Amino acid sequence: MAFLVGGAICCFGEALKCLFTKAGLNTDETKLAVCSTLIVITAILTGSGIFDKIAKHAGAGTAVPITGFANAVVSPAIEFKTEGLVLGVAANMFKIAGPVIVYGTVASVVYGIIYWITTLF
Amino acid sequence: MPERKGNYTISFTNKPQVVGYAAAVGKKESEGPLGSFFDKAFTDELCGEKSFEKAETHLQKTAITTALKKAKITKNDIQCAFAGDLLNQCIGSSFGMRDLKFPFSGLYGACSTMALSLVLSGVFVDSGAAQNTVAAASSHFCSAERQYRYPLEYGGQRPQSAQWTVTGAGCVVLSNQPKHTSRTVIDRAIIGSVRDLNVTDPNNMGAAMAPAAAQTIAQFLTDTDTKPEDYDLILTGDLGSTGSRLLIELLKDENNIDISGVHNDCGVMIFEPETQDVHSGGSGCGCSAAVLCSYILDNMAAGRLKKVFFVGTGALLSPTSTLQKESIPGIAHGVLLINQ
Repeated sequence: MAFLVGGAICCFGEALKCLFTKAGLNTDETKLAVCSTLIVITAILTGSGIFDKIAKHAGAGTAVPITGFANAVVSPAIEFKTEGLVLGVAANMFKIAGPVIVYGTVASVVYGIIYWITTLF
Repeated sequence: MPERKGNYTISFTNKPQVVGYAAAVGKKESEGPLGSFFDKAFTDELCGEKSFEKAETHLQKTAITTALKKAKITKNDIQCAFAGDLLNQCIGSSFGMRDLKFPFSGLYGACSTMALSLVLSGVFVDSGAAQNTVAAASSHFCSAERQYRYPLEYGGQRPQSAQWTVTGAGCVVLSNQPKHTSRTVIDRAIIGSVRDLNVTDPNNMGAAMAPAAAQTIAQFLTDTDTKPEDYDLILTGDLGSTGSRLLIELLKDENNIDISGVHNDCGVMIFEPETQDVHSGGSGCGCSAAVLCSYILDNMAAGRLKKVFFVGTGALLSPTSTLQKESIPGIAHGVLLINQ
């Protein structure tokens, strides 16, 4: 199921890519537009209570693509609005996605250093 | 006066009467097999309030006021209330007491709180320290999820051993006043000891609580020199289907006691396992509270059940202890309810 849903999301991304390219966007703009569209769709599905029902069956299929990341940011933002915009929504928004950002950044730095070392020889 | 019987059990000589009881639940619980037995079912998960925490307080207050009405006892006649919930600092109960204004003792026994509040209420009423008491407990799926697990809309998957926190509250009013004519009384009680067999999975709390339940049941049967067949029902709080299976195996292996013929579990009873998607069953303080204060006490009042040993089970973990990789200590307190 994860394979099918994950694959379907990726195919949808490819379709969006073709659509945006046809609309006249260059490669960099297309990449950005595809990601943004998927994030906006996920945010709407999360807010309307549909995303978690799909994810229950899809598992990694919805978690691995950028949809999983968007859901991990939007869901605590909705949940903690009763605690206020600053200490509720803003403070808790990256409660789940925060570790991904931290270790993603650390991994990119490590990768950068290794890449730089390889260029020395 | 309460008297000690054996090493762990308390025997009540004045037999505190169950003069009123009520249960208030959420929508999912009202759609379960016991739906028609609950006094009040809310279709809105916020119960008309602005937050899930306030909704839980509302649930507990509804259960308490309904139980008082059924008992025909006014608020001023309650001399002590024992109540608890799963929220940090017990706000589900204490915030409700701002309006009810009872002398109040806040309890935390995790999901065993209903049994714990009944034991303490029983001791107070039996000893004469109070004439009328309230014992209550509550939990709310949404407030528990955000405290212990993930935001509601987060797209994750739960393992089959996981349980569904019940949105519900239950309340029992106990009295030693002779004017009441209820035939259901508390005969005995047992305060359990913490038992930890190194279960670390917070998604398998049935396994963490089953050893404590087995210990309390075995101690109670030994102290009272009784056998499982002497009871109409041995009712555990929220072991779910996974924990119930383990409890029966543990009692057979460790104590050579077979309770399979008389055992049931509130977590198994409250939801329909096939259609309600709750995996191992219901959990939370409200699970045992709502089932006891509706279906079970209704059946006792009707005479269909005469001797019920109710064992509330609690997993004494916190989100911090889980992150620090601590194992989950379990606890189980018991109350013997009989018809006179």
